[in-house]
Amino acid sequence: MLSPAILIPAVLNGLLTGAVYALVALGLTLIYGVLHIINFAHGALLTAAMFAAFFAYQAGIDPYVAIFLLAPAFFAVGYALQRFIIGPASHGDDRNMLLVTLGIAVVIENALLYAFRADTRTIDVPYAFQSVDFGFTFLAVPRLVGFAAVFLVALALWLMMGFTDMGRAIRAVAKEKLGAELAGIDVAHVYAVTFGLGTACVSIAACLLIPSYYVNPSAGNAFVLVAFTIVVLGGMGSVPGALIGGLVIGVVESVSSLFLGDSLGQVGIFIIFIVVLLVRPSGLFGARA
Amino acid sequence: MSTRHYPLSRRRFLASTAAATGSLAMPSVLRAAGAPVKLGVLHPVSGALSYSGTQGRLGATMAIEEINAAGGIKSLGGAKIDAVLGDARSTPEGGTAEVEKMNSDGVACIVGGYASNICLATTQAAARYDLPYVVDVGVADGIVNRGLKNTFRFGPGFGVIAKTALDNLVKINDAANKPAKTVMIVHEDSLFGSGLAKLLNAQLPGKGFQVVETIPHPTPNRDFNNIVLKIKAQNPDIVIPADYYNEYVLLARTMLQQHVRPKAIYSVLGGAASSYKFVKEFPDAAKGIMDCNHWFNPHSDKALALKKKVEAKGQFYTYEVYMNYSCVGLIADALERAASPDRAKLIEALASSTWSGHVMPYGPTKFVNGQNQGAAPVNTQVQDNDIKVILPPEFANGKAIFPMPA
Amino acid sequence: MRGFGPIVVVVAVLAAVPLVVHSNVVLNFLVIALMIALAGQGWNILGGYGGQYSFGHAAFFGTGAYVTAILQMRYGVNAWAGFVIGIAAGALAGAIIGALTFRSGLRGSYFALVTLAFAEVLRIIASVAPITGAGVGTLIKLDVRAQAFQFQSRAAFYWIVLALVALSLLMAKMIERSRFGTWLVAVRENEDAAQALGVDAVTVKSAAMVISGAITAAAGCFYAQYFLFVDSGIAYGTWISIEALLTPIIGGVGTVFGPLLGALVVKALGEGARLLTGDAPGLDLIVYGAVLVLVIAFAPRGLIGGLPRARRLLTRASPVEAAHG
Repeated sequence: MLSPAILIPAVLNGLLTGAVYALVALGLTLIYGVLHIINFAHGALLTAAMFAAFFAYQAGIDPYVAIFLLAPAFFAVGYALQRFIIGPASHGDDRNMLLVTLGIAVVIENALLYAFRADTRTIDVPYAFQSVDFGFTFLAVPRLVGFAAVFLVALALWLMMGFTDMGRAIRAVAKEKLGAELAGIDVAHVYAVTFGLGTACVSIAACLLIPSYYVNPSAGNAFVLVAFTIVVLGGMGSVPGALIGGLVIGVVESVSSLFLGDSLGQVGIFIIFIVVLLVRPSGLFGARA
Repeated sequence: MSTRHYPLSRRRFLASTAAATGSLAMPSVLRAAGAPVKLGVLHPVSGALSYSGTQGRLGATMAIEEINAAGGIKSLGGAKIDAVLGDARSTPEGGTAEVEKMNSDGVACIVGGYASNICLATTQAAARYDLPYVVDVGVADGIVNRGLKNTFRFGPGFGVIAKTALDNLVKINDAANKPAKTVMIVHEDSLFGSGLAKLLNAQLPGKGFQVVETIPHPTPNRDFNNIVLKIKAQNPDIVIPADYYNEYVLLARTMLQQHVRPKAIYSVLGGAASSYKFVKEFPDAAKGIMDCNHWFNPHSDKALALKKKVEAKGQFYTYEVYMNYSCVGLIADALERAASPDRAKLIEALASSTWSGHVMPYGPTKFVNGQNQGAAPVNTQVQDNDIKVILPPEFANGKAIFPMPA
Repeated sequence: MRGFGPIVVVVAVLAAVPLVVHSNVVLNFLVIALMIALAGQGWNILGGYGGQYSFGHAAFFGTGAYVTAILQMRYGVNAWAGFVIGIAAGALAGAIIGALTFRSGLRGSYFALVTLAFAEVLRIIASVAPITGAGVGTLIKLDVRAQAFQFQSRAAFYWIVLALVALSLLMAKMIERSRFGTWLVAVRENEDAAQALGVDAVTVKSAAMVISGAITAAAGCFYAQYFLFVDSGIAYGTWISIEALLTPIIGGVGTVFGPLLGALVVKALGEGARLLTGDAPGLDLIVYGAVLVLVIAFAPRGLIGGLPRARRLLTRASPVEAAHG
């Protein structure tokens, strides 16, 4: 039954899904690369952004247009979270940062539950059901748009990191925090900007997801464990790693679910995750051992 | 502690002050009223199941309001039912803690639970105190098979649902001269989906169907494209999904995107198939879907009146609402006949119940080992942006459209 | 037996509770709190003393719960024997995961992630494997007899879980006073330095993980006997991983009484928040999460160790600046 007629569409699907995973992972890896923490609030922030995109649509703003509103807004949210809560509360200890982000995740998720109840919400944009006929398979329009958008975001991020003062500052802090501090870089500010960028990535992912997915107060969690896997696979802190890792995981998930079924297909991801961690924790693209 | 007495809500508070002022005018009537009977209303209103839990609570409290407005329990001198609300937090531990609180609050009976794993824990906790417990939904057969004297389930259990679903599938196929031979099952991999898939796999071949593939998936599942690709490759006549709401919606939408249209989508306890919300939000994806599920009796005026009332509150008329509504009625009837809030007497009255005042297509209640024998699901189909009952004939208000026109 | 006095006193006071309080609401609350304290003490041995923050202690809790339930229902093993074997299975799981992770030299965030992944893998397997009852879960037959480890009275369960907690307190105290404990703390404070001084860090951490796994598995076994039902979401769900780490952190990480205090406070806080917020789903957990952040901000060594520090921080002009120093 694994004829090319099913395998090729499955691989293509995997690539399309993987691109969105990659975007979620991009935010995570950026934060890890600079702050050296795993942001456990990432999923909750994704959910919050999906709610924002949902309500933007209710207010008549198309999700793809909403990107230009939500990305700056969530940048600000991320900036504030790191600058005023995570940074001060964790006293510079990595383990504390993990726990603070965990606490923030619990607060955000339940604030959403309290405000909007557990109802599942979906939006019905005209293009949600449109698909492009490639002859051998149909690919849904929202997923193709998402795929393209992810690469644009990655490109923008790469340009920013390479060619702006802020980008240089971020890279300096990531490499040598103490040295950067001595050179007069405001580390707390750079940390917060990085966290803001990571959060902005998540909000873009939310806008790309909402046309064909749903939102409820725990919707974002489904993507986070996968994002962790991608970050580990691509090398924590590596932007191209996250991108390629996302695509790889998307394809692996897609193909392994063909062989093993969707339930066990997920095990495939975690086993890759564990094996990579045990054998090569720096990931496929990570510089740091 | 979320166990709260219902009269504390503002509306009830106003009502009771109104009654107090009224009592100045006609004291004798009100003094004759019996002491209120406390009823535990236990649902998972927070956590993963909170949507269903909230709907269940809505049904139960609406029934209590109606019973109280109609004069309470007459054999107890018009005693009002006093709802003690509890939140099971979507976990067995949460449910058990609430049962303890309700017991120490002196409730006469508890209704609710919703999820099977919560019901398993809560019925058992209530059994310690010989506290009667009416399960609203919880379909696991283990709930009533353990010999707990206090436990009653008004709705159908898993075995009955699966059997009805199979029988009706055969009936529908036969009536259309057997156009369907091959079946694919897509199910979520927890309690109800996997149990069902197992039963279907065992029974369908004997009924002339070939199960070409069974695909389990986790909840939540992010992407249904591969499952739909497999369906497309196998091209079965019938797709049988057994999923919770979110996954069901994603599956149906993906099938539409990929232009996959089998002769029928026939679900069993399909999360979205018999949901007004789904039909309203995605009429194209929902069109023609058949389901074997809990459903109200469309010929019952009471059921339709309740539907209007629920919709007037801006809520969807889901099975949690009318099943809990009916369960409370069942308890009120038992209280009426027991003429006492005493737990042992109430258990006896429940066990001997032959009540037909509910809104479900069950006939009069009859409990054997705690299970209502008349309880059964019905088959529905989405037709003309509405949900019609197509089987059994005595409750039907529509005819099956099968196979689906391409 | 110096130093064990406080344990004797605390356990004696707790043991007397059912003699005074007859409310099953309170007893049930305490049973759950003690069960979480037990799971948290398991985490505390590895995370608190050893500094290895696991995000996947559900792996042990679930293994204990499933092994107890499956042995009874599928193999007719006596419940008490099943309980002991369940604990042993938790220790074994600890040995396996410990050997794999510590030998690969995983620390910090990497260790947190890999433990999380192990718990997830187990959860997914348990939700499809026939032996666990797959998605249906495993129901232990109701059989209220002491031989079957089922009791009519809540008090009996209460004393059993208290006895387990008492044992875990004694173990923590003994570890604290032993050479092994010193090595463990040395590894936590500076693994490289400890190794330079001749401490075999991998072995020490692995041993801590075995003990940790056994204690948390005991909580899982108890869960199975108390609720008589296990499924994959309960056994291996993230909820227990989080509760197991929250309680020692809030109570006092790396202290004997931290998990117990943390569990009582966290659970009481949950109930209190529900009482205050009334019937508002989610609101109690918002309080929960906020308290976690506040405790870390103002009492990073938990309620036991952190109160003096909180006072100091509050009197400082700008705690924000201090945090970045």
